[in-house]
Amino acid sequence: MKAAGFLLLLAGWGLVLATLVLLGSAPARTAFVLAGIGVEIVGMVLVARAHLPVQEDRG
Amino acid sequence: MTVPPAALISPALSEVTAGVCFLLILLVPLASAGIALINTGLGRSRSAAHSMMASLMAIAVAVLVYFIFGFSWQGLAGGPSHVFVVGGKAWNWIAAQPFFMRGVEFNGSYSSLVALLQLFTVSLAALIPLGAGVDRWRLGAICGSTALLAGLTYPIFTHWIWSDGWLAQLGTNYGLGHGFVDAGGSSSIHVVGGLTALSLAWILGPRRGKYSAEGMPAAVPGHNAVLVILGCLLATVGWCGLNSAGAILFIHAETARCALVTINTILAAASAGLTAAAITQVRFRKPDASLTANGWIGGLVASSAACVFVKPAAAVVIGIIAGALVTFAVEWFEFELKVDDPGGAISVHAIAGIWGILAVGLLARFPIESTFSGNLPGADSGQWLAQFIGIATLIGFVLPLTYGLNWLLNRFYPQRVSIDGERQGMDLHELGADAYPDFVTHADEFMQR
Repeated sequence: MKAAGFLLLLAGWGLVLATLVLLGSAPARTAFVLAGIGVEIVGMVLVARAHLPVQEDRG
Repeated sequence: MTVPPAALISPALSEVTAGVCFLLILLVPLASAGIALINTGLGRSRSAAHSMMASLMAIAVAVLVYFIFGFSWQGLAGGPSHVFVVGGKAWNWIAAQPFFMRGVEFNGSYSSLVALLQLFTVSLAALIPLGAGVDRWRLGAICGSTALLAGLTYPIFTHWIWSDGWLAQLGTNYGLGHGFVDAGGSSSIHVVGGLTALSLAWILGPRRGKYSAEGMPAAVPGHNAVLVILGCLLATVGWCGLNSAGAILFIHAETARCALVTINTILAAASAGLTAAAITQVRFRKPDASLTANGWIGGLVASSAACVFVKPAAAVVIGIIAGALVTFAVEWFEFELKVDDPGGAISVHAIAGIWGILAVGLLARFPIESTFSGNLPGADSGQWLAQFIGIATLIGFVLPLTYGLNWLLNRFYPQRVSIDGERQGMDLHELGADAYPDFVTHADEFMQR
């Protein structure tokens, strides 16, 4: 899960960079930059969850 | 492709501007002193000497590593650099200055002042992760991690925004405002340092006894609130110098703008500190000293990026939002994400720093009226998108980079102290002496005579 999270972080950034190069119109550029940030947020959630300490099962 | 230095490497500074700038830069170490005191005060008493010693060592390593090769990769605006050409646009991604700061003219020139300021700012960035690693981060590992920060992470990102890198050129290349703009280092110093702190908090794990088996955090209060508040006061002076010098050197603001920059800095800190105090008063019935101090520093951090672009009323808004964000973020990291960050470094520097970057896009008014080399290049629209791209770069590139580097270091040289060392305290375990030996002497008063 940790590795997948970091891959998503990099993928989100890659999406932002690709948007700059490939898209010219302002609305499309805005949408894809925000989409890239969204991918990064998903990656952050995965990385954060992977670092949660394992809780002891007292059941 | 390597681009040779341009004919005009850097703007010429008048003697008065250079002199004022030099004096402002000399204030910046006070910010480092403040952060060191805050980190120490918020840690345990049995790790206090270790914390201050670690601050000194981190500064020493950061300055030397940055001098040897960090500066060569950060470079100067208009200096030699490596460039990709993609879609007809030049992407300036890393500088190609000679090592050991060769090529810098040490005669009061623009390049020499930038080099001096950067030595202080890289050491400030290096102190930020210490707040998250308090009470359990080994001295040798601190030196190693600091070398990675000062030699790689910091110079690469800082080149992109302060040395005509691709983020700074978003305005001229893609019409996004004036490109990514950050006058005083909300991003390059604080978010970079804060994300490194987050990486280290994850790698080191929480202190022993911080979380119960059910995952509930225990309160581990800082050992000296006086150090913490004194740190805030010292840091405020340092920040006034940092923001003013950054505005002159990186935004090319005239020295006359320093009064506005300083006013904005103070207003943001004051409103952030008051907001944090008010929030803790309402929630806990008493103002919390450590959270108020964190809020104060959060206001300083958030003020840095926009300090020269906003009016004082906007600086107050920046401070209020920063103070609230820091207060809630500290709790969120501790309770929800189970991240043990004794100094609040992640909330104060990463979260408030990101808000400061956004504030440029939302509240800044362009063009600023007086720069000594004309207006900033670029258009007045699309600034917020440029700031968002900078934030995406910090989270999508800087965080994986700094985590990966520290993870690798941890594989070869474990960064966390042993269980015995943590129980004994970092002072005795790593330094062989306590910060407060009087505590032992006082115990004699209770002995039977």
